[in-house]
Amino acid sequence: MSGGTDPADHVSAEVTRAFRDERAIVLATLIRQAGDFQLAEDAVQDAFEAAVTAWRRDGVPANPGAWITTAARRRAIDRLRRNRSVADRAERLAELTRLETQHEKPSVDDESTIVDDRLRLIFTCCHPALAMPARVALTLRALGGLTTGELARAFLVAEPTMGKRIVRAKRKIADAHIPYRVPADEELPDRLRGVLRVVYLIFNEGYAATEGDRLVREELCDEAIRLGELLTRLMPDDAEVWGLLALMLLHDARRAARVDPSGRYVALDEQDRSLWDQDRILDALAKLERAVRLRQPGEYQLQAAITALQIEAPDAEATDWAQIAELFGALAALNPSPVVELNRAVAVGLASGPAAGLALLEPLLGDSALERYQPLHAAHAELLSRAGDAEGAAGAYQRAIALTANAVERAELERRMGALG
Amino acid sequence: MSQYMLLVYEEELDEAGQAEREKTLPMLVELHAGLREAGLLVGVQRLHSSGSATSVRVRDAETEITDGPFAVTKEVLAGYYILDCADLDEAIRQAARMPMARWGTVEVRPVMAPDEWLRVSRQAGADVPDEAVNDLA
Repeated sequence: MSGGTDPADHVSAEVTRAFRDERAIVLATLIRQAGDFQLAEDAVQDAFEAAVTAWRRDGVPANPGAWITTAARRRAIDRLRRNRSVADRAERLAELTRLETQHEKPSVDDESTIVDDRLRLIFTCCHPALAMPARVALTLRALGGLTTGELARAFLVAEPTMGKRIVRAKRKIADAHIPYRVPADEELPDRLRGVLRVVYLIFNEGYAATEGDRLVREELCDEAIRLGELLTRLMPDDAEVWGLLALMLLHDARRAARVDPSGRYVALDEQDRSLWDQDRILDALAKLERAVRLRQPGEYQLQAAITALQIEAPDAEATDWAQIAELFGALAALNPSPVVELNRAVAVGLASGPAAGLALLEPLLGDSALERYQPLHAAHAELLSRAGDAEGAAGAYQRAIALTANAVERAELERRMGALG
Repeated sequence: MSQYMLLVYEEELDEAGQAEREKTLPMLVELHAGLREAGLLVGVQRLHSSGSATSVRVRDAETEITDGPFAVTKEVLAGYYILDCADLDEAIRQAARMPMARWGTVEVRPVMAPDEWLRVSRQAGADVPDEAVNDLA
């Protein structure tokens, strides 16, 4: 033995690396070949377990990915031979056995097949016939390799609940014959939007929450960004794919500044900018630029552009609110929602004065969907106060305070109400 | 190819409302002809209104007969299709083409093939020979 490192540690590190880098690739291809999600997943799991023993005994192979691929396929064959309950068992066995003999010559799957298999896996995990929580769990499990325990901790549910959610989803894929393929051209735009929604939901799940297991939650942000990066490699001609990645990176770059040491949420204009990850921001801006060059506007690009304008300005005063208001207008036209309208009203209020902001905000006060939405009343109070209507502002602050469950937020609103002239 | 049952649920309307729906018949004729031509249509039937339903259950060897459908809900089962489709995406596409999907709900359910039915039951301990599959379905 040469070198100072423990060979067992070296093997563990190599298995861990292969798990991180190769697992989803091997799984994606084996699902197609074996025709069964559960069987392929079990076989890949077996292969990684076998690798620990075999690599310690025989040394780490020159191409760990190829070793895992072959081992997983053999395990899949073994499992199919033992398990008589799988539908189309004979055909699947024949196909896997054919691949097994053919693979004697080292013909590694070409790059485009690997890309296609990973896309198939993503689109299947994010299929609209699966419930959203199942899509999220399955995507993180199949592409990110998260365990049931990690998923349960991340989504604050009991481990058996998460286990059932995943098993049920895989059973539906098999029983209902959810196809393992990239959607046809006419369905692709819609289905891709669905995939991006799952990825952004995973990111927000990690980013928005301040409760729960913080480390696992941060892992969700990292995983969503990894998925975003993967999608930019697999579908580089879609602008929204780049837009979403830029948006997530822009948020993530400010992760350290969002919460103060006491765990309190810190608003953007009060954040300590020295804690922002400038490299990440530059990376995000480059990605946003790449998106914009593709000339297919979309909501993630608009959101990323708005966030970029906010964080590029040295402070709230120097922010280009007029342009932000315009971008919110474009966002509202693309995807009308009362929350977007509210943000637009706030931006217009900062760009063109409180009266203009109030003119946009006041119609929203009658919207029943926003009746109990605290930020609406807080923004209303802010605009009224700046317009010189202290009495109206006090009323709006009281409504906002009544809707706040968070003690820190309430204290801040009370402070602002107390400061009214 | 897999078989799917598309169960059509709709709210039962008054006479005038129902008359409006009946006017979509030419669309259905066209739809069914198209499905048949494409080789997808295995079966289609329309049911009488839920007012004509009788529910039967046997408890403690007593047959209980109830007037009305199994579940009292706003939307009731009005008919069904059995289609041969390549996969769920195709079945969903066909469901979305149905005029009833615009006012009601089309539930897409994969049909369990007879050999799978046999396998699942045997795995759970049911004792039947292979030939039973012919009698089963």
